[in-house]
Amino acid sequence: MRKSILANTMAGVFCALLASGSGVFAQGQPAKSPTLEKVQKAGALNCGVNPGLAGFSMPDDKGLWLGIDVDLCRAVASAIFNDPTKVKFIPLTAKDRFTALQTGEIDILARNGTWTMQRETELGLLFTATNYYDGQGFMVRKKLNVTSALELSQASICVQQGTTTELNLADFFRANNMKYEVIAFATSNEAVKAYDSGRCDAFTTDASGLYAERVKLANANDHVVLPEIISKEPLGPAVRQGDDIWFNIVKWAHFAMVNAEELGVSKSNADEQVKSTKPDVRRMLGVENEFGKFLGLSNDWALRIIKQVGNYGESFERNIGSGSRLRIDRGVNKLWNKGGIMYAPPIR
Amino acid sequence: MTEMSASSSTPQTFVRPAMTPERAAPVPTSGALAWIRDNLFPGPASSVATILGLLLLLWVIPPLAKFLFIDAVWSAENGDACRAQEAGACWAYVRQKFSFFMYGSYPREEVWRVNLTLIAGAILTVWMLWPDARGRGGAALAFFTVYPVLAFGILTGSAPFPVGWLPSSPEGQIIWIVLVVALFAIASTLFYLNRNIGWAIAIFGFIAWSELGSWWLSLGLPLVGTHLWGGIFVSLLVATVGIVFSLPLGIVLALGRRSQMPVLRFLSVMLIEFVRGVPLITVLVMANTMLPLFVPESWSPDRLLRPLIGVALFSAVYMAEVVRGGLQSVPKGQYEGAMALGLSWSQVTRLVVLPQALVTVIPGIVNSFIALFKDTTLVAIVGIFDFLKAVDTGRLDPVWAGPKISTTGYIFAAIFYFIFCFGMSRYSMMMERRHSAGRSH
Repeated sequence: MRKSILANTMAGVFCALLASGSGVFAQGQPAKSPTLEKVQKAGALNCGVNPGLAGFSMPDDKGLWLGIDVDLCRAVASAIFNDPTKVKFIPLTAKDRFTALQTGEIDILARNGTWTMQRETELGLLFTATNYYDGQGFMVRKKLNVTSALELSQASICVQQGTTTELNLADFFRANNMKYEVIAFATSNEAVKAYDSGRCDAFTTDASGLYAERVKLANANDHVVLPEIISKEPLGPAVRQGDDIWFNIVKWAHFAMVNAEELGVSKSNADEQVKSTKPDVRRMLGVENEFGKFLGLSNDWALRIIKQVGNYGESFERNIGSGSRLRIDRGVNKLWNKGGIMYAPPIR
Repeated sequence: MTEMSASSSTPQTFVRPAMTPERAAPVPTSGALAWIRDNLFPGPASSVATILGLLLLLWVIPPLAKFLFIDAVWSAENGDACRAQEAGACWAYVRQKFSFFMYGSYPREEVWRVNLTLIAGAILTVWMLWPDARGRGGAALAFFTVYPVLAFGILTGSAPFPVGWLPSSPEGQIIWIVLVVALFAIASTLFYLNRNIGWAIAIFGFIAWSELGSWWLSLGLPLVGTHLWGGIFVSLLVATVGIVFSLPLGIVLALGRRSQMPVLRFLSVMLIEFVRGVPLITVLVMANTMLPLFVPESWSPDRLLRPLIGVALFSAVYMAEVVRGGLQSVPKGQYEGAMALGLSWSQVTRLVVLPQALVTVIPGIVNSFIALFKDTTLVAIVGIFDFLKAVDTGRLDPVWAGPKISTTGYIFAAIFYFIFCFGMSRYSMMMERRHSAGRSH
């Protein structure tokens, strides 16, 4: 009996807190975010990244981090500090990446993680958005004259052991009633070597990985990536649950980059676009309304991102697209109005 | 009798009618041929082994030399030349990535600080370890006291002494002044009595440093966080910290384990057996991911400091067992004799037991050092860009990535690790010879 009274009282207090909380928001006060405050106090953002994945996050010859995941963290730093260099990149293995986020060691996990239900429910994370739509594909030799994965019946396929890749492969061939021979290797590197030496007809992994592996082959131009994508791998940054403002900052940093591309605002023309008469552009760049305030940021937060990091298309081309050696086709990552599925809610 | 005297008196002359048959020339015992015969072909079994060995070398060396030197690509803009089927080792890639292998992400305009620290460390190390050098004690003292403090200040750019201690609150200031005066008094007394000058210098340095803290900050060296440290520099740092801390800590633990005091003995045994029963990877992962779960965020140590502590602790317990082996080899009579002379426990340990014990276990100690040096590569699993990890990441760069790149990178790493491990091994053998020169066995 006493226990239930106590529980009721606590529930009441909790409701009162919630009510007062929502009251604060209703009055339009700038929001408070513990993560943002911590980051501002520390003077830098802790960003967990992949220790080395070409195009996504990787240190260059001088040790500077480059990649689209890296750009996302730099965008958040630009929005907060007006300085894209105020990021501490913390390389994480696949094993300890989620622990690092849970313990508060990192503020953003931008480590080409696939957005799955289990990670948002069991692990207590929140994926903010998808910054790269990946999926498993196949690479074959050009001289095989195969144009579709559906023609791969009876083929031998090199794959890395113990990953979901193997499972997806089995599902795809079973669903299409095709026979195949799987040759599995402990590491991706060995699988590629075996494919290159001719032990298998095809090599399979995530499409972005296929392009990255292709440049390592002796004659990259003799190989082609088939158009079929047999699994969904939406990759994106994640944050801890329980800090909605921070979640919003990371989410809208990405959406601002996508919206900027859609509206034709880029690194080079951002300053001129401030004078634009288009209402969408004016709102995004903080000329009208006060969207930055509700994130606890300055009003030109999006302008800073675009000026210092660039829009989504620029980041894509520079790191993994035509401007890089990976030369990954934009594919489904094109904007929604250009035939892809990259779509950002509007800033208004 | 007469016969005998007759025979002795008459000289018996013997003239050989013919020349003695010519004997074969004596087998030479020196020279190249002799060496070859004695060392390579002393018997049928050895001869077969030698021939097999030569064939193996013949089988291995020409293709290796072809790969490493003849077909090697020495300079190139990008990996295209190295991807060619007939290309050998891609040294151009190592040249291009060398600064990354060396310094990791340390800002390039600040690397003079790393170079300065490494060179100073190298000079001090050689000076300290050179058997006949003058002032070795001074070099050692500098290496273990002033050098780490200065290195910390130079590498990070932050004050190597907590500046906050100086003028924070009035009470703090008073305590601070009292402490400084007391330390100063102790140091001067020690200096005056000419005892333990090393300690006096250390305490003087400590006092001086507290004053220099704010001066250091006024130099305005840009701060370089440890998240930017990497490459050979970090590998050497981890190895040095591990080596420097593991020996004294190991000696303390070994003495603790043999101590008469039950609590001390129990604690030492617990620590040794616990840490020794766990793989280094587990220690590192524990230090890196579990530690932050138990302590408040602001308390959790720096990401580089955690593996440093882990590695030092881990190697210390192994060292403790090595040292304990040495302590057991010292005969009981040595203790008893020393005690009969009226020496205290610390004098017995310091002057009689340890010098004998440590010399006996030099091979074991160096073995531990070499193992530790190679184990430093494991810090990569907690996200530290040590040398091997830098090589491992560099080979993924799409500008260079190719089949020969990985091989070249790993060969380069192998050469680096070999030079250091072989050097340590040779140095220890030299020390063993010197120390055993005056001993009968």
